[in-house]
Amino acid sequence: MIFTIARNELRRLFLSPLAWIILAVVEFILAWMFLQHLEGFLTIQSQLLGMNSEYGVTEVVASPLFGNAAIVLLLVVPLVSMRLVTEERRNKTLALLYSAPLSMTEIVLGKYLGLYTFLLIQLLLIALMPLSLLAGGGLDLGLLASGLLGLALLLGGFAAVGLFMSTLTQHQTVSAVSTFGMLLFFWLLDWARTGTGGGVLPYLSLLNHTEPFLKGLFDTRDLAYHLLFIATFLALSVRRLDMDRLGG
Amino acid sequence: MHHTTLLQVDGLSRFYGPLQAVKNISFEVRQGEVLGFLGPNGAGKTTTMQMLTGNLAPSQGRINVAGHDLLDDPRAAKAAIGYLPEQPPVYRDLTVDEYLDYCAALNRIERGKRRAARAAAKDKCGLNDVGRRLIGNLSKGYQQRVGIAQAIIHLPPVIILDEPTAGLDPIQIREIRHLVRELGKEHSVILSTHILTEVQTVCSHVQIINKGELVLNVSSDDLAQRMQSSVLTLQFRNTPDLAAIASVTGVKNVETVEGGGLRVYHEPASDPTDALVKCSVERNWGLAALIPQRASLEDIFLELTKGDATHGVAAAPHATGSGEQA
Repeated sequence: MIFTIARNELRRLFLSPLAWIILAVVEFILAWMFLQHLEGFLTIQSQLLGMNSEYGVTEVVASPLFGNAAIVLLLVVPLVSMRLVTEERRNKTLALLYSAPLSMTEIVLGKYLGLYTFLLIQLLLIALMPLSLLAGGGLDLGLLASGLLGLALLLGGFAAVGLFMSTLTQHQTVSAVSTFGMLLFFWLLDWARTGTGGGVLPYLSLLNHTEPFLKGLFDTRDLAYHLLFIATFLALSVRRLDMDRLGG
Repeated sequence: MHHTTLLQVDGLSRFYGPLQAVKNISFEVRQGEVLGFLGPNGAGKTTTMQMLTGNLAPSQGRINVAGHDLLDDPRAAKAAIGYLPEQPPVYRDLTVDEYLDYCAALNRIERGKRRAARAAAKDKCGLNDVGRRLIGNLSKGYQQRVGIAQAIIHLPPVIILDEPTAGLDPIQIREIRHLVRELGKEHSVILSTHILTEVQTVCSHVQIINKGELVLNVSSDDLAQRMQSSVLTLQFRNTPDLAAIASVTGVKNVETVEGGGLRVYHEPASDPTDALVKCSVERNWGLAALIPQRASLEDIFLELTKGDATHGVAAAPHATGSGEQA
């Protein structure tokens, strides 16, 4: 049942030009960055060889690319997530889901999975760029996999926040702006290193739990952080939709 | 007429903050009944329907659908309900076929049977020619039909339609009414409306709701009877004794009409015609005319929703709320 909703969500996403435009624009921007990183690598390649450095093409090209992708996607996810529940609320189509024999959790998970699948498609397209280098040489596949896992988890969090924000309002722009604000805030919590919140706030930052993955460091604490982050916002979404039934 | 009870509502109430939108409503719907839910705007029709379909949690009360309690076992209860909200819940960017397939899947129709379910629903709602068209490009009437098709695709025992004919042209209205009558043969249908003729043409039972309270709950036959015979207009050649008329069994109220004559309101159950004629003969009032006045549903509706129950056509015996079962 979750998959039925997810499939419908994904299909309707691709019926609008928005999804295609987003895939294309993100791919174009990241391809530009990818080529810049590659150019940079080619100029320092001989030096790296001469220094007998452990850095290879994956460190110099793929990891920074994933870092850039994280920022670009932070800008883009609100645009995809803004219509999830907002549009249905506005068009009064939520009644279809509420009166079908479904639980709120199924509805939320279905919507989430639909959005997440879209983001994974985007991630796959991004991953193809560094993977194309396999045609001309070797890659550190472990580092690449860790980076992709980190990005996948990060997108999971983005999608959960986007879904929650879209359950709050009837206006897509409001949903998009608040998702963007929330995500940026979680990203920038890292800046609170000094001062009173010095200990806790940076620990809550999305950035600090994603960077280790991009560096190839797999830590179960980071994994747990992301999963908890996702679960929290999904639970909040379920509660918010339940409020539709209970509240005035 | 002893069909199984498919929907049982018991003491249903709903608050919006301090405002009580629905006040302690109880009623039953049996198989094969078409229940018309009448009321002025803001009376609580939509709120009640939203509660019946699980879109809104009741503040108090129980709802039982085809043997399943809506609060304890929402999945089974919701599977037995088809709901068309005021605004059809259609995705404008899907085709009719895509949309109905999705609805079939949402209602847990097995994969192999979805195509047949879709075909049957389209057939009933006259959508065979538009299966491949985008819902957003269809006219309002067709969108409404798609909404109804969505509500009946899983053949639920209870179908709830919120103002199914709102905003349609007269031909479409007639078609939808025909469809509702057809559906009423196999399913129980509840439809809300504020068009009075619709109730008379389509429904087997009528409920009137006003300010959240159920003020009338009768079968259409009873209603017709009530409409025929609850007011008599009398004319006498001599001056009659008003007190004597008022004391005749069944008479509720007497008033003088401008231009001579009397209007006698009586209980619908006991027709005082015979007694009045006898009275007139005995006391030599010289009865000149006795006309049973046919109250229209509109009169009943206006009387009940005015909140003035003292000299109503049908208000007094039913103003208490829960109403009678027909």
